[in-house]
Amino acid sequence: MASLARRRATDYTVKAISVGFAALSLVLLAWILWTLVARGLPALGPHVFTHITAPPGAGGGLLNAIVGSLIQIGVALIIGTPIGLMCGTFLAENGRGTQVGNAVRFVNDVLLSAPSILIGLFVYQLLVVPFGGFSGWAGSIALAIIIIPVVVRTTEDMLNLVPIGLREAAFALGAPQWKVVTFITWRAGRAGIVTGILLAIARAAGETAPLLFTSLGNNGWSLSLDAPMASLPIAIYQYAASPFEDWVALAWAGALIITVGVLTLNILSRLVLAKMK
Amino acid sequence: MDATLSGRQAGTGLIAARKPTGRVSDPIFVGILWTSGIVVLLLLGLIIAMLFEGGLPAIQEFGLSFIWSTTWNPVTEVFGAGVMVFGTVFSAVIAVIIALPLSFGIAFFLTEIAPGPLRRPIGVAIQLLAAIPSIIYGMWGFFIVVPLMAAYVQPPLIEWLGPLPIIGALFQGPPLGAGMLTAGLIMAIMILPFITAMFVEVLESVPPMIKESAYGVGATTYEVYRNVSVPYGRTAMVGAIMLGLGRALGETMAVTFVIGNATRMSASLFAPGATIASTIANEFPEASIGSLKLQALLELGFILFVISFIVLALSRLLVRSRLKG
Repeated sequence: MASLARRRATDYTVKAISVGFAALSLVLLAWILWTLVARGLPALGPHVFTHITAPPGAGGGLLNAIVGSLIQIGVALIIGTPIGLMCGTFLAENGRGTQVGNAVRFVNDVLLSAPSILIGLFVYQLLVVPFGGFSGWAGSIALAIIIIPVVVRTTEDMLNLVPIGLREAAFALGAPQWKVVTFITWRAGRAGIVTGILLAIARAAGETAPLLFTSLGNNGWSLSLDAPMASLPIAIYQYAASPFEDWVALAWAGALIITVGVLTLNILSRLVLAKMK
Repeated sequence: MDATLSGRQAGTGLIAARKPTGRVSDPIFVGILWTSGIVVLLLLGLIIAMLFEGGLPAIQEFGLSFIWSTTWNPVTEVFGAGVMVFGTVFSAVIAVIIALPLSFGIAFFLTEIAPGPLRRPIGVAIQLLAAIPSIIYGMWGFFIVVPLMAAYVQPPLIEWLGPLPIIGALFQGPPLGAGMLTAGLIMAIMILPFITAMFVEVLESVPPMIKESAYGVGATTYEVYRNVSVPYGRTAMVGAIMLGLGRALGETMAVTFVIGNATRMSASLFAPGATIASTIANEFPEASIGSLKLQALLELGFILFVISFIVLALSRLLVRSRLKG
C-alpha cells in the first residue's frame, strides 16, 4: 500500500485534473458561442430577415431560408407530434411489460440516436424517387421522423411520473381509457409533454443532413410544399463552404440565429422540467 | 333543468359504455395507441428495407467485396466501401478515446467535487454542448480549429513523434489541419455530453452505503470513485461509451467540414479521409437517379445503418441490464 502522503497527493492531482476538464468543457462552450457572436453579430442586420437569398455581392438575406425552415418544422410537428404523443402514451399506459412495448421502446431508442443522414436517404428513396422530385413535403416528413423518437421518449418518461393512483381513481369512477388518458394522465403530465415538443423543435431546427436529399434548398421565394424548399441549415451549409465573403458572413448570421433559437428552447424546456419536478 | 338532464344522460352514457366483463376499455382509443406503437416499430424496418433495396444493385455489381474494397472511382464507376468504413470507424474511435478521459473527469467533478449549488448549472451548461447543431460544430471546426491545428498542433507533433518507429506512422504527412484527428476532436466535444450525462446518472445510482463503507476504512475520494463507484456501474458505463461511439459513427455535417474528404486510406492521424456519412453528403449531389453511384451511396448508407444499429443495440442492452439489476 502506498504511503498516506502519496495517496493524498494522487487524490489531489486527480481532483485538480477533473476540475480542469470541467472548466475545459465550459471554455469550449463559451468559445463556440463567442465565435458565433463575434462573427455572426456584425453580419446580422435587418436585411437578413427582409431579403431572400441572392447571388454574392447583391445584398441578399436569409428570409426564404428562415420561412422555409419554419414551414417544414411546422408541418413536421403536425405529422410527428400526434404519432409521438400516442406512441409515448402507448408505452406508458398499454405497453408496460409487454413484448410489443419492449420492442417499440428498443426501436425508438435506436431511432433516437440513428444517423440523421440515413433518415434523409430513406425519405429520398421513399418519396423523392417515386414522386419525381425534391419537395418541402419530403423535407417535412424527414424532420417528422427526427421529431417522433424525441416526443415518444419524453412523453413516456413524463407519463411514468404521473402517480398510478390518479389513474386508478379515474378508472374506479368508471371512466373509459380515452377519458383517463386525455383528462387525467395528459393533463397531469402536460408540462413534461410540452418539454418534449420543445426539445423536438430544437432538434429539428438544427438538422441539416436529412434535408440535403429531401427538400434540397431553394434560392428563390417559394412557399409550395411540392417544390424544393429553402431551409436555414442548408443555406448555412451552402454559404459557409463558398468562397464569397458576404455569403460566409451570412452563414455566420444564420448560425447565430439557429444556435440562439435552439439553446433558448433547450433552456426553456429545462426550466419547465425543473418546475415540474 | 337542462343541466340535470344532460348530467343524467352522461351518467347513463357511462354505464352504457361499461362492458359486461367490468373492464373499462374502448377499442378505438386503444386501437389508436397500438397503431402508433406499431408505426414506430415498422418505421425502423422500413428504413432498413429501403436502404437495403436501394443498395442491392451495387452489391450485385461488385459482390460482397464492396464492403472492404478500397477503390472509389466515380470516373470508371468502380466503387468500394473500404476507405469509408475505415474512416468512419477510425474517426469515431479517435473521438471516443479523446472524450473518455474527459467524461470520467467531468463525471467525477459533478458527482464528488462540485459544491451542491454549482452541480446543476455546470451540468446543464455541459449538456448544452449536445444541443448545438452539428453544422455549427462544422463551421467552428472549419474556420477556427482547422487553422489552429495546421499552425500550432500538427507541425510539432510531426516533428517530434513522426520519426519514431511504429507509432510514428500516426504522425506523418503534411500539416493540413483538416483530417482524421481534427474530425475526431470535434466529434469528441459533441459526444462528451452524452457520455458524461449517462456516467453521472449511473454514478448517482451507486448506493451511498457501499461508498461510505469505503470512506469508513480510510479511502480517499478518488479511491472510492475508482475502486467502488466505477466498478459498480461498469456495465452501464460501457453502454454509455458505446452510445457515444454510435453517435460518432453517424455524425455527418461536422465531419464533412473538417475531415478533408479524400477517398484514400492512410494510417496517419493528419491525413484527410472520408467517412460513410461525409461521403454520402458530399457525393450525393453528383449522383443521378438510377446511376450506379447512387446505388453505391445507398449501399454505403445500409452498411452505416447496420454498424450503428449493432453498436446502439449493444449500448442499450448494457445500459438497461444494469438499470434493471
